[in-house]
Amino acid sequence: MTTLLVLIVVVLLAVALWQLTKIFDLTQVGASVNDTQVANDNDNKVNGYLMFGFLVFIYLTTIWCLVYYGKFPLIGDSASAHGPEIDNLMVITMVLIFIVQTITQALLHYFAFKYRGRQGQQALYFADSNKLEFIWSIIPAIVLAVLILYGLYAWTNIMFVDEKDDKDAIVIELYAQQFKWEARYSGADDVLGKANVRYIEGVNNLGVDLSDPNAQDDFTSTELHIPKGTRVIFKLRSQDVLHSAYMPHFRAQMNCVPGMVTNFSFIPTLTTAEMRENPDMIEKVANINSIRAKKSADLVAKGEPALDPYTFDYLLLCNKICGASHYNMQMKIVVDTPEEYKAWLKENSPKTIVLAVKTAAAEAKAAAAPASETKDTTTVTSNDTTVVANAETK
Amino acid sequence: MSAEAHDHDHGHDEHEHHHKDTFITKYIFSIDHKMIAKQYLITGIVMGIIGVGMSMLFRMQIAWPEESFKIFNFLLGDKFAPNGVMSNDVYLSLVTIHGTIMVFFVLTAALSGTFSNLLIPLQIGARDMASGILNMISYWLFFLSSVVMICSLFVESGPASAGWTIYPPLSALPQAIPGSGTGMTLWLVSMAIFIAASLLGSLNYIVTVINLRTKGMSMTRLPLTVWAFFITAIIGVISFPVLLSAALMLIMDRSFGTSFFLSDIYIAGEVLHYQGGSPVLFEHLFWFLGHPEVYIVLLPALGITSEVIATHSRKPIFGYRAMIMSIIAIAFLSTIVWGHHMFISGMNPFLGSVFTFTTLLIAIPSAVKAFNYITTLWKGNLQLNPAMLFSIGLVSTFITGGLTGIILGDSTLDINVHDTYFVVAHFHLVMGISALYGMFAGIYHWFPKMFGRMLNKNLGYVHFWVTATCAYGVFFPMHFIGMAGLPRRYYTNTNFPLFDDLQNVNVIITTFALVGGAFQLVFLYNFFSSIFYGKKTVQNPWKSNTLEWTAPIKHIHGNWEGEIPHVHRWPYDYSKPGHDDDFVPQHIPMKPGEEQLHH
Repeated sequence: MTTLLVLIVVVLLAVALWQLTKIFDLTQVGASVNDTQVANDNDNKVNGYLMFGFLVFIYLTTIWCLVYYGKFPLIGDSASAHGPEIDNLMVITMVLIFIVQTITQALLHYFAFKYRGRQGQQALYFADSNKLEFIWSIIPAIVLAVLILYGLYAWTNIMFVDEKDDKDAIVIELYAQQFKWEARYSGADDVLGKANVRYIEGVNNLGVDLSDPNAQDDFTSTELHIPKGTRVIFKLRSQDVLHSAYMPHFRAQMNCVPGMVTNFSFIPTLTTAEMRENPDMIEKVANINSIRAKKSADLVAKGEPALDPYTFDYLLLCNKICGASHYNMQMKIVVDTPEEYKAWLKENSPKTIVLAVKTAAAEAKAAAAPASETKDTTTVTSNDTTVVANAETK
Repeated sequence: MSAEAHDHDHGHDEHEHHHKDTFITKYIFSIDHKMIAKQYLITGIVMGIIGVGMSMLFRMQIAWPEESFKIFNFLLGDKFAPNGVMSNDVYLSLVTIHGTIMVFFVLTAALSGTFSNLLIPLQIGARDMASGILNMISYWLFFLSSVVMICSLFVESGPASAGWTIYPPLSALPQAIPGSGTGMTLWLVSMAIFIAASLLGSLNYIVTVINLRTKGMSMTRLPLTVWAFFITAIIGVISFPVLLSAALMLIMDRSFGTSFFLSDIYIAGEVLHYQGGSPVLFEHLFWFLGHPEVYIVLLPALGITSEVIATHSRKPIFGYRAMIMSIIAIAFLSTIVWGHHMFISGMNPFLGSVFTFTTLLIAIPSAVKAFNYITTLWKGNLQLNPAMLFSIGLVSTFITGGLTGIILGDSTLDINVHDTYFVVAHFHLVMGISALYGMFAGIYHWFPKMFGRMLNKNLGYVHFWVTATCAYGVFFPMHFIGMAGLPRRYYTNTNFPLFDDLQNVNVIITTFALVGGAFQLVFLYNFFSSIFYGKKTVQNPWKSNTLEWTAPIKHIHGNWEGEIPHVHRWPYDYSKPGHDDDFVPQHIPMKPGEEQLHH
């Protein structure tokens, strides 16, 4: 249906423009031979008015976009302590940009309209003015200086976090591979065990050094749980190619680079439940669900299963091209209240990597004992990424 | 004028009379700069058709991810688009090759190659480039690199698909993505040849501008086009070799087992031997070229715009010296801002602070240029020819796209919009569309010089207005989906219900893109039919001041019959009081007592 509508629009536009050329052609009658392809007064007039029209078009596009997208920030309110700082700077910069954009585009197109060429009109021989040049060097310089200072102040606050300053901070490893995320928690000792891809074997798919005392209580999760109100320091690793851990609701992003550990940290300020209650978010989700309902109706008509209704969840997306299934590399983030988080830890912390490795070894042994029809359960875990990706889609 | 120069000119002419061109030396292995310019232009247009065509395909995929299109199957084949549904691999390939072709082959080689070659000798008053042979080799290397790039589209595992920035390890490991096999090898070979071509060209431009200016043509009497080409060539010579070294190191990593960019990798069930390299190093090397590259693309377009706006406004360009200073400032700053592509790459955040500072500084000379263009229009007598429209359009997109650079150049704000569609919208407007407009302005303006005929102006008007409308229609809403968090290079967004409310915007964008793309056919028709059937031009159709319009319409070796004109004034004496015409070409001597603005 959309395709059809688009096609109709295209055809109509084409027809309209064809007619426009005809009009342009008609203005040509009686012109002399050699300068027929140079603009005459009539061309200047038509195009001058079109310039003015184009200015209106730019403004209308801007207004339409602003009305349609309404509230800044577009992704929804921030859910981290440093988020409002970024959002403020963004709004200030956007306002400045819109002012400059409105004025300069107006001048440009208005001049193009106002001073369109006419026979006998004399242009002003005006080639230089140090005063003007000075003014429009110095004004941007001052404005930019303010933006730079604000930006650098915020940047320093966000990026230079001393782990020792914040004793309660939780350290979590975010581990990226084609095409999924995993989180590693440090367990009771609050220290992540050493890890390197050379230790990867079977269920130890993060390459944790099993001989490291700090690694004994480490456990992993495919869902990122973090508590509200506590600083979370992420240690990011990748096992294969570049990935980027993008958490838009927290205004957080950092690349995962194979061969090195990168850092990002923030303090979550809204639990998942609280964010779902946010009026803007309720509106956004309702809008998305009405879109999905329409789509579902079409799908059902075609005999395909309907789409699930959408409930809001924080997401970790991959935002650096990382391979064929880059478009579906995501992990759910859950911000818990401190109590919920403790309960979650209690439930999950016993499932340590060390234990999993032992269990797998025991199972393999048990499976090997009958000697016939050996199914090696351990090797299918980390490598066959497409299988994992497909499974996650479902 | 000196007797010596006269003798030289005479000798040259005589030499030309002896010389008889065969088809091959005239049209194929030509060493004449005007023919080479045309060769660059035609090759660039062919590459442009491929590059733009690819963007149409992947925009369709993004707008209607679940639909199948026969055209996908027709163009991409059963392997990459079975039943008309585009595969995710080929989507990434299309994005990658679109970027590569448009940035390097169209906007670097074709834009600079065409207009530097055509205009530098003609506008400074030289018989030809400093080295015609090098110039010819430069073009044919470029042609060869284009052929290799096109060949890479047909290898079995598919063309390169790691993004035009080819960050390793993705680009280094065929296990990571099929396109990093033979496709990537050909990509690297093609780029290595391309860089050689670009360097030969740039060296030639620099030497020609420095050594072959005609009598009276001081540096401060050069048209701003030549200034732009000159500075562009210098940036190219400084930065392209760095990409070449990065490409060579990547080839070593891929084929000879070194570890410049790779370390600690586990993929496809095994640990690879690489140890101690860093992908961040590659990012530094890549962007050390990659950012100046933006200005290599943009400065020639701005140079063309300066010339076109002044000529068609019948008014001197405002702030000639400020324009030169800002070109030089932009060129200098462009080499120390590359880190703003890497704020969140894992490099030390302190570096981020430094690069934020240098990046936002570059807004100042850019603002000066924009204001100077606007002031040039003020109280002019604007002849709104298609070339002029494209130049005004360039100033418009340069402002719109440049302003969002203030957001992206700010490390703090970059955290949340990095690698989203906001970036795509920004650089397409400020560099892609602006440079394309510059190229179109140049083509409309100098077509009579190149082919002795005029382009049809009405088709030109239609071409401009549709292109301008569609360009805004495509890239303006794109900022907003970027701010809503939509990452770029996603094959489909259907796995994220979070982005479902952006899908209709994507449909709007694609619709504008398809219409805009289709209307480039108007230009192509106009271009190719006018070469043969266009209205014959007069010698100086735009009543321009620069020297190229004093050369005869019919192209001859050596550009001028008889001696080269001497220069007595700067190139922007339009509507100067005390003259009968509203233009005074550079070769007209000063009247007694006439005031001179620049020496």
